[in-house]
Amino acid sequence: MEATIEVTGLRKRFGQATALDGMTFTVEPGQVTGFVGPNGAGKSTTMRVILGLDAADAGTATIGGQPYAALRRPLRHIGALLDAGALQPSRSGRNHLLWLAHSQGLSARRVDEVLALTGLNDVKKRKAGGYSLGMRQRLGIAAALLGDPPVLMMDEPFNGMDPEGIAWMRGFLRGLAREGRAVLVSSHLMSELQDTADHLVVVGRGKVIADRPVADLIAAASGDRVELHTSALAEAMTVLANAGAEVAATAPDVLTVTALSSQRVVAILTARRVPFSEVSAHRATLEEAYMELTRDAIEFHSADRGAGQGGDRAGAAS
Amino acid sequence: MTATAPYRSPARPDPASLSRDGFAQTVRAEWTKFRTVRGWVIGTLIGVLVMAGLGLLASAGGQSSCQAVGSVGPGSGTCPGISFLLGPNGEPVNDSFYFVRQPLAGDGSVTVRVTSLTEQLTTPDSARSNSEVPGVVPWAKAGLIIKANLTQGSAYAAIMVTPGHGVRMQWNYTGDTAGMSGPVSPANPRWLRLTRSGDVITGYDSADGTNWTQVAAVTLAGLPSTAQVGPFTAAPDYTQHAGEGFGGGTSNFSGPSQDTAVFDHLATSGGWTPAPGSRAAWAGGYVGSPQMPGIGGYHQSGGQYTVTGQGDIAPIPSGHGGEADPAVTVSDYLVGTFAGLIALTVLAAASVTAEYRRGLIRLTFAATPARGRVLAAKSVVVAAVGFVFGLAGAAAAVLAGEAITRARGAYAFPISGMAEARVIIGTGVLAAFFAVLAMAIGVIVRRGAATVAVAVLVIVVPYFLAVFAAVPLNAGDWLLRIMPAAGFALQQPYPAYGQVSMFYAPFSGYFPLPAGGGLAVLAAWTAAALALAAYLLRRRDAG
Repeated sequence: MEATIEVTGLRKRFGQATALDGMTFTVEPGQVTGFVGPNGAGKSTTMRVILGLDAADAGTATIGGQPYAALRRPLRHIGALLDAGALQPSRSGRNHLLWLAHSQGLSARRVDEVLALTGLNDVKKRKAGGYSLGMRQRLGIAAALLGDPPVLMMDEPFNGMDPEGIAWMRGFLRGLAREGRAVLVSSHLMSELQDTADHLVVVGRGKVIADRPVADLIAAASGDRVELHTSALAEAMTVLANAGAEVAATAPDVLTVTALSSQRVVAILTARRVPFSEVSAHRATLEEAYMELTRDAIEFHSADRGAGQGGDRAGAAS
Repeated sequence: MTATAPYRSPARPDPASLSRDGFAQTVRAEWTKFRTVRGWVIGTLIGVLVMAGLGLLASAGGQSSCQAVGSVGPGSGTCPGISFLLGPNGEPVNDSFYFVRQPLAGDGSVTVRVTSLTEQLTTPDSARSNSEVPGVVPWAKAGLIIKANLTQGSAYAAIMVTPGHGVRMQWNYTGDTAGMSGPVSPANPRWLRLTRSGDVITGYDSADGTNWTQVAAVTLAGLPSTAQVGPFTAAPDYTQHAGEGFGGGTSNFSGPSQDTAVFDHLATSGGWTPAPGSRAAWAGGYVGSPQMPGIGGYHQSGGQYTVTGQGDIAPIPSGHGGEADPAVTVSDYLVGTFAGLIALTVLAAASVTAEYRRGLIRLTFAATPARGRVLAAKSVVVAAVGFVFGLAGAAAAVLAGEAITRARGAYAFPISGMAEARVIIGTGVLAAFFAVLAMAIGVIVRRGAATVAVAVLVIVVPYFLAVFAAVPLNAGDWLLRIMPAAGFALQQPYPAYGQVSMFYAPFSGYFPLPAGGGLAVLAAWTAAALALAAYLLRRRDAG
């Protein structure tokens, strides 16, 4: 059984509002897949459909090739953190995990293991209602890890975490992926996924806008622009233009070169013996790449504001 | 793309847990959920205490006025002196009547014809003039009886005519079978026969003394070989249901009555045939004593026996004296049940509505995608909690109530251990069903306050209205037939006797449906609510 999440052509409407509009993507094992998009893009709804909590009007979602409803002891196949606040406040953190463990035929020993793993040992006997949001996130992750599943899915796990917690969470998620698990992490803030996600599924208005490795995405947003410092400005412009690049002078000794990689620029200038002092590839941030991709989606979404209960609902839940 | 191999959990599942059925796991998870919320456990205990405590208050603070109940023996004017006459099965009975008898040994048969049965009674009008008027006492009795001895409460079997209920065969106070219908008159006489064969007594009736029909054959275990046999008459207190008011007030007028029967063709046969030449030696006298001294007697002329009597041979229903009844009943102890059930309803509803409120229900359904199974597991858990709740509350209320009643010298209406156990277990069953019903309503309604409102409205309010007579009696009767409160019939401690004219009111612990029928109505409601809950769970998105 391949440890993947496969989502194919999901559609769902809440009344008049379209929440999912042909959502399709696959989450591969061994990497962290970021699931990003503006609030109301359908991330939480997709996750609820994957877990069989919401019914899609069309399309399928499978875990390791099986629909969620067909899984016996599902938490051994996929662990999910949807809403860290979903707990009975007067029940202790440990007991919260205990009933969940019992529902999967797991023992109390496994509960203590995941409590240690998520650093909750000291507070496990306290009422979960008294936990900080960060502690609740850890408790939710402990719950997701109970069945030691090959697939993990987390909705906004960074919410409410302090910088230390965010750093821990990043390392933790990467560690889970290194073990060969498929990890899907949603966020509405791309910066949270910087240095965490290997692959991104960017969504807007209920469908996938981009589905590619983080490296590709950044390269695309960077637009292959190279900055070049040279004392022979005119000569360099001629040589590079002849090689097919677009060249613009941005300072008395600085050129910006588009459509050629930095390696090619260096090779051409060296071959023609044109002097240059510094060549640097311009690198876009993930945030920039994301803004570029979702600009349209956000505009559409803003136009929809207040029109759809579905948008509000998905937004509120994400 | 990374080339990492897909993750395989190194932990092998515990084989013992894998062999466990999935439903057992879900039940275990739901039970863990319930027991780990301290407020729910404490709430359950408080509910039990409230249930028992209200009963104790009721039994400890009961009325202090004491008066005789039924035809109780002399010296019964004060509470400590009250004692019920008990029948062979241990139930309280009346046993006083005018008896024209002779001791007869072995097997035999006795036959008589009844040509007339008339009653005199005191009505509200005649009471003012301190006189009696002719009237109908439906359960006045005249016929033949065979009785173990002349001690009150001893075993008997009798066949008789009644003004309102035709011919009856009755035995050992609670047994009652109908024979020919219609009243007796000179133009329409009734022939009656009792036959003894060992312990088996068979009663027959006939319109003409030729064609006989068996009414019933009953066994009187341990009947001595020589028993008292002969004609008898008895007329119970005449009771008229005069009205009703708020707070359980039902007003009855009741007064003494007497009846006179005319018998002829009195004859014994078989082993009881008198020796040739000797005359049958019929002796008249009371078993017990008449309520009004001097009433009763018989005279014989030309084979016609005119017998006048007062009293009754019948079980005494509990609560028959209404407010004046000094005997504390099991129903008094259990008066706190409805309050306990409100607490239980809140808890059972909270076990689901709290999950909806927190979004926890999504985690529940993520852990167990089969939603029907979750519903069933929750049902099992709240039913178990409800059963223990009802059982513990009722047992505490009854046992402590009895102890208090004894301690304060009040009189507890007798009840067999079996009947008491039935009521206590019945309360557990009642609470179990109510808990499941409240839980199912919680799934349907999803919001805590609304669920409790609906559950209390459907479950407790009809009971309250009916039992505390806040609505007209007929309406209350119907509420206890068609609403889930019908299940309170499981708490009826004493049987309602058809052969005793009494107003069997919910207030006195009598319900319109039998225990099984009431349970069936409650179960039907619960099943309907569960079915709707299951349907909605399937149709709706979780949460």
